[in-house]
Amino acid sequence: MSKNGTVVHANDVTRTYGEGETAVHALQGISLDIPRGDLTAIMGPSGSGKSTLMHILAGLDKPTAGDVAIAGTHITRLGDSDLTKLRREHIGFVFQFFNLLPMLTAEENVLLPLSIAGEKVDPAFFETLLHNVGLTDRRTHRPSELSGGQQQRVAIARALVSRPTVVFADEPTGNLDSKTGTEILELLRHSVEEYGQTTVMVTHEPRAAAIADRVLFLADGEIVMELPRSTQPEILAALDTITTA
Amino acid sequence: MIKFALKGLLGRKLRTALTAIAIVLGVAMVSGTYVLTDSIDKAFDSIFNDSRRGSDAVIAGKAAFDLTDGGGSEAPTLEESLLSKVRALPEVQLAEGGVDSETTILIDKDGKAIVGNAPSIGFSIARGDSPFNPLRLVEGRWPGQNEIVIDEATAEKKGFRVGDTIGVQSEGPVQQYRISGIIRFGESLSTIGDATLAGLDLPTAQRLYGKEGRLDEIAVASNPNVTPEQLLAAIDGVIPATAQVRTGERQASEDAAETNEFITFLQGFLLAFAGIALFVGSFVIANSLGITIAQRTREFATIRTIGASRRQVLGSIVLESLVVGILASVAGLFLGLGLAKLLFALFKAVGFTLPNSGLIFQTRTVVVALLVGTVVTLLASLRPAVRATRVPPIAAVREGATLPESRFARFRTVGSTLLTALGFAALLFGLFAPDLGTTGVLVWLGLGALLVFFGVSLLSVRFIRPLAAALGWPATRIGGAAGTLARDNARRNPQRTASTAAALMIGLALVTLVAVLAAGITTTFRGAVEDLWEDADYALTSQNNFTPIPASVAERVAELPGVIGVGNVRTGEAQAFGEEFFATAVNPVTSTIFNMTWTEGSNEVLAALGDDGAFVDDGYAADHNLRIGSPVAVTFANGEKDSYRIEGIFDPPPGGSPFGPITVSTGEWDSHNANLRNLYSFVRMEGGQTPENEARLTEALKEFPNAKAATREKFIDNQISGLNTVLNILYVLLALSVVVSLFGIINMLVLTVFERTREIGMLRAIGMTRRQVRRMIRHESVITALIGGVLGILLGVVLGALLVARIDFIDFTLPVGSLIVFTIATIVVGIIAAVFPARRAARLNVLEALQYE
Repeated sequence: MSKNGTVVHANDVTRTYGEGETAVHALQGISLDIPRGDLTAIMGPSGSGKSTLMHILAGLDKPTAGDVAIAGTHITRLGDSDLTKLRREHIGFVFQFFNLLPMLTAEENVLLPLSIAGEKVDPAFFETLLHNVGLTDRRTHRPSELSGGQQQRVAIARALVSRPTVVFADEPTGNLDSKTGTEILELLRHSVEEYGQTTVMVTHEPRAAAIADRVLFLADGEIVMELPRSTQPEILAALDTITTA
Repeated sequence: MIKFALKGLLGRKLRTALTAIAIVLGVAMVSGTYVLTDSIDKAFDSIFNDSRRGSDAVIAGKAAFDLTDGGGSEAPTLEESLLSKVRALPEVQLAEGGVDSETTILIDKDGKAIVGNAPSIGFSIARGDSPFNPLRLVEGRWPGQNEIVIDEATAEKKGFRVGDTIGVQSEGPVQQYRISGIIRFGESLSTIGDATLAGLDLPTAQRLYGKEGRLDEIAVASNPNVTPEQLLAAIDGVIPATAQVRTGERQASEDAAETNEFITFLQGFLLAFAGIALFVGSFVIANSLGITIAQRTREFATIRTIGASRRQVLGSIVLESLVVGILASVAGLFLGLGLAKLLFALFKAVGFTLPNSGLIFQTRTVVVALLVGTVVTLLASLRPAVRATRVPPIAAVREGATLPESRFARFRTVGSTLLTALGFAALLFGLFAPDLGTTGVLVWLGLGALLVFFGVSLLSVRFIRPLAAALGWPATRIGGAAGTLARDNARRNPQRTASTAAALMIGLALVTLVAVLAAGITTTFRGAVEDLWEDADYALTSQNNFTPIPASVAERVAELPGVIGVGNVRTGEAQAFGEEFFATAVNPVTSTIFNMTWTEGSNEVLAALGDDGAFVDDGYAADHNLRIGSPVAVTFANGEKDSYRIEGIFDPPPGGSPFGPITVSTGEWDSHNANLRNLYSFVRMEGGQTPENEARLTEALKEFPNAKAATREKFIDNQISGLNTVLNILYVLLALSVVVSLFGIINMLVLTVFERTREIGMLRAIGMTRRQVRRMIRHESVITALIGGVLGILLGVVLGALLVARIDFIDFTLPVGSLIVFTIATIVVGIIAAVFPARRAARLNVLEALQYE
């Protein structure tokens, strides 16, 4: 961990797809720090580069230029294998479409990251986790037997099970109805409060961003605005400013 | 719609190509078989025609019945004086006599007999410039007294040159001749398969073959303006009853008759394996198409919503298959040329060189290969195509829409059980129903096997989950999370795993069946030898273990100091009750050597056959209602007839006996047969099996390099080694179907990886390394292969047991060693199949994989 409690650090990150005339500049010189224990939301209209940014911060992609350090490790020169191990150790993911394995039970899905890493689970922690996400009585069910919200709970538990340095959530409510979405957001917020779980969430929903300690606004590959914890109307207003600017 | 179908194919090039390979290989085997057999046919034709070129008529001895080549019996010879009578005929311009033998064994410089599975052909050359001589001199000159010419290939292989001395063994001990020249047969061939050729002058050849004053054949050229009919009629007037005359052409086709039978057999034999490969290929096609269609559910639904009818959906898929079928067949057709070369190499590798004077590509080959490949592909596509038509338009807008279950899904278990039962019923009927005839038996067995394979492959869907759980257990131990996921993936879509495994199952079932039969034959044969071989120290056989050896070998051995006795089993062809058979003859010594089980009579019979006694086996006795004292009339190859009294009836052990249906005394046999041959001789020596005795035999056999002595154990091993050659050919041919099913697994994995792209992306994101991804795919592949392998091995054992139950002379033996090898081979197949798909999966870009539609 870096000295000032920053778990992810990006310095002047650019990401360009393609070359020459057809080159797309997805990120154009982004610098940011993700502080420990914070829930950071990244917002922006589609095409703003927010997903690209998340992928780079999570070590799924590498910047064209600039530097990214995850938990103090500079990822730019890491090979695929080291990068994978880095993700194993420090990063958890929550996806929009849950991405559970259909042939595994809820419990097995949650334990997947540990079993891939060949690690044992702390039973007490695991029970608490299952209890917290509300899956205690659904543990032997397969994804096809679970509702969307329950599936996303499984996914959140899966992201938390390895006690990662940072959890990345990519539109975690994008595929859920608003009531279920709210429950999922509460769960994410809870994990921040309860475990001090550093979380980065990419979303286009002001409702979701409203649970964040900090909201970063992206447009055309640049951070154009930053808000501290804000209400939905404030966030909506900020978005309006960006899109009309 | 046509455009839609063709565009679809182009968009899925890799998958289409992988699917097509399954058919390409089968078609290649069909075309390769035809190319191979047509080429051999042509080569043999030219051999036989060349050898009779210039002969307007050929006079030869007439056997009392048709003789088999190399069976130990020869047609009666002609008096040499006949030649001058023929020459005196006004119709005859030129006539020359000759002798020949297919046991003219050349001896190499190390004193070893040059023998393979091809005949060792020797003949007399009356005059080098004779129009009857089909040979061309490459070097040196034609042979004179005690000289020889040998073929180019043998000379090169064994390092012989003109002027060298070479040993030749035929009827008697080795003779040494000086090589006067090197020859080549006909225009194009340097060899006739692996056969060795030896040409001698007539008197030398007659001495070598023990045919002094005799001739095997007289070749005749007619005067101008004499019709073949006139020539034949004229010759007919001067030849004895034991001779016959034919036109040169007719003689050539007579010469070729047995070879043609062999080629027809070889063709059917190889086509059977092509059929198996195509059958397996049809499973692969059906499965691949099934998966692709399931993945395209949305696409079909979409075209249905914009107005395509069910018929049009069906049409577009059938059209796709038609195109794939035709392309694959064309590719297979040409690959067949290469495969034909490979088959030549295969047969050569197992010591069975086939003659080849260039590959022949006939129209028939093209037509059959294209037709078969296209039709099989179309048939295999029907089921998946019909399923695709059942996709409702609404599936277009439904997330995760899957293919609707078939209407017959709920009858699947009952249906497949019924199919399997029907298959076994057909097998049992084919095996045990009386009087079906060979074709009938084969048809029923083929039909039964087909139904059983279909039935079991459908039925196996029910067992995939437990099977995958059991066979995947090691994977979960070795592979960790990747192994566990692999096992779960294998269980995930039982239908798909079952179809993929079924293709491999067929190949392994057949391989196992062959192994079970071979093990049965081996153990029963060993048992038979151990039962019968009571008290002998060594057996004398020819180098290749099965060609009968001249009786002079045993006579020489019998004179050796320390030899107590030599028991001979002569063999040759004879006729009784209107049927030809391989008859045997024994000398009295055999009564002390064999321990036979007699239903009538005793071992004393062997010593007491005299000049009118015979014994028969119990099956033959029952068939012809023979009892002690019954008379049997036997006709020998030279036409002589004699009657024998049944003195004993014996019960051969399950593994067979060296005896033919009827056995007489050697004394009797020798009085009715020329060129005497022993199938085996058994030697009893003072002191038994000692190094001194062995050395003594070896020394004596130096004069007969084509003979060897073996102890009982060695004798058994030698006899079984021939079986191993056959086994290896069968295994290699069946390997083709295994390769086809290997492509089936590759295809399934590629399609599955494609389907699970997002899943693999997720796994990579949460910490799965590339190596783990590869391991996961590899384990899934191995588990799928093992399911096919285990089902196949079980099925093969059951089929083998059924077959063995039918065949009297084989007892059931489980070939444990082979089964272990097959299981390992199955694992290797799984590992190989996974290489490419695993690499693709590991190289998936995590980000692209995680992208949503």
